[in-house]
Amino acid sequence: MTQTRQAADAIANDGRGKFPKHKLEELRGRGYVMFCVLLLIVIIFSIVYFIASRGLTPFASQGVSVGEMIGGLKWSPEADTPRFGALPFLFGSFATSLLAAIIAAPLGICAAIFMTEMMPKVGKNILQPAIELLAGVPSVVYGFVGLSVIVPFLRDVFPGQGVGILAGGIVLSVMILPTITTVATDALRSLPAGLKEGSYALGATRWQTISRLVIPTTLPSLMTGIVLGIARAFGEALAVQMVIGNAPHIPHSLTQSAATLTSIITLSMGNTTSGSLHNNALWSLALILLIMTFLFVFVVRLLERRVKHA
Amino acid sequence: MKAKSVDRIMTGVIVGIGFLIIALLAALLGYLLIRGVGHISWHFLTSAPESIRAGGGIGPQLFNSLFLLVLTMIITVPLGLGAGIYMSEYAKQNRLTAFIRLIVEVLSSFPSIVVGLFGLLVIVNRFGLGLSLMSGALALTVFNLPLMVRITEQALRAVPREQKEAGLALGLSRWRTITTVMLPISLPAIVTGTILAAGRVFGEAAALLFTAGMSSPRLDFTDWNPLHHTSPLNPFRPAETLAVHIWKVNSEGLAPDAAQIAAGASAVLVITVLLFNLGARWFGRALYRKLTAGR
Repeated sequence: MTQTRQAADAIANDGRGKFPKHKLEELRGRGYVMFCVLLLIVIIFSIVYFIASRGLTPFASQGVSVGEMIGGLKWSPEADTPRFGALPFLFGSFATSLLAAIIAAPLGICAAIFMTEMMPKVGKNILQPAIELLAGVPSVVYGFVGLSVIVPFLRDVFPGQGVGILAGGIVLSVMILPTITTVATDALRSLPAGLKEGSYALGATRWQTISRLVIPTTLPSLMTGIVLGIARAFGEALAVQMVIGNAPHIPHSLTQSAATLTSIITLSMGNTTSGSLHNNALWSLALILLIMTFLFVFVVRLLERRVKHA
Repeated sequence: MKAKSVDRIMTGVIVGIGFLIIALLAALLGYLLIRGVGHISWHFLTSAPESIRAGGGIGPQLFNSLFLLVLTMIITVPLGLGAGIYMSEYAKQNRLTAFIRLIVEVLSSFPSIVVGLFGLLVIVNRFGLGLSLMSGALALTVFNLPLMVRITEQALRAVPREQKEAGLALGLSRWRTITTVMLPISLPAIVTGTILAAGRVFGEAAALLFTAGMSSPRLDFTDWNPLHHTSPLNPFRPAETLAVHIWKVNSEGLAPDAAQIAAGASAVLVITVLLFNLGARWFGRALYRKLTAGR
């Protein structure tokens, strides 16, 4: 096809040296879209560069060791001998997002099975729009609901203030439910019909077909959805910050106050002066978030490769 | 247990969970509306917030959110369209394209707070735009661009091959074919996606804390000169949006009716998102009908 195009272009050009109008307009259009794509590349490199340059300063020139940052238990940036142990925040981030995934994954996969295998009509007309709406609700609204419903509820049921990892996990699980459900639904829909028909023809019940054929076959895709959900939960800032309590230590129970990487950045970034050690340490936390994002994307890619090979 | 009874039990469980999720959403919406709608009044929607006394409104915040939305979309749509066109029409199957695809994926999975911090460092401080609507809009552009690229690319890919080939066969340049043949066909899908993306801008907060700021100056709604300092249309003034306001009221609100303000503002936010959702569906369908047969 390119050859014919080149031939056509050659005829149009005709060697008369005049620059044809349609070529000019093609050139302009191509230039414009190239510029847009170039911008994307510039943006991502500058994000990585700027955040890394700030986030690496504490390690490079301000005497904080990477080991202390990742493994240290004490976060006291304003003390006389400041300590920058971010392990409590790392723990908080992982605990809340994993808890959210543990709650949301079974619900989301069940919702997907409900929509594709059991009641497609109800699924298409009610559940799917409902899920899409859930995805559109702003995170601060989830935070508000968490603060005014879930936290008081937990305070009544369990000892403690009600804020903490459990509250954060519950709020996040509702927020990532749409991600998991959407990916799982797509995976289940794309399953060839012949596969299921074969199973039914052998006399298997619907649940046998689902549990031994549908779920194992689509497992990599389901995992992709779950990882995407965890990634979203890991980066979520405000809703978590509102319900987790923000205490810089590792909690002993799920209903004790805790903190995450995002919540501590949200709270402290505005109150520190730019360039100070405390401020730079917060940028290091942002750098950790950035690296985690790359890691999540990498895992998703690995899983997707498995989907293609299967 | 017999396979048949297991099947029946599991069917019951899954159907139960399906309805549970529907009930959960109904409860969530019901709670937000019942708690919030009572507090919504014309006064609440238009007056300025109070920091210590009761009776504050959300007027400037609501305006800021809408204005920020418009600014962001003005910047995002042309850039996203361009990059989307490149990805679906010009990109070859090679390493560079795979790399750009990876970039779009990574960019769309960055936590919004990281994008906000980047905005603080580069747009607010280095470019010297300060905490302003413009900084917020640019940060949200970073945030929304990958979404827009994906929407455009998918919409263009759904256009039948023959349409494109017909355009090329008529001797139109590739660019002309894209802009005059393919874009109109994919317009309904693009518009629907864009409205949904706009809904996300409306509710976004974390990226705005550090770029658009957490305060709104006294606005003079009779002054529409965009260069004046107190003019609502000035894009270089700090602006607190509705979502940021909800967060602030909840975490450090001193007004005695902070809880009601949060409830009312949350209801406004959710109703707006609902309208965006329904509007996107309706508008996309109407546009499709108009562009295909009803002309």
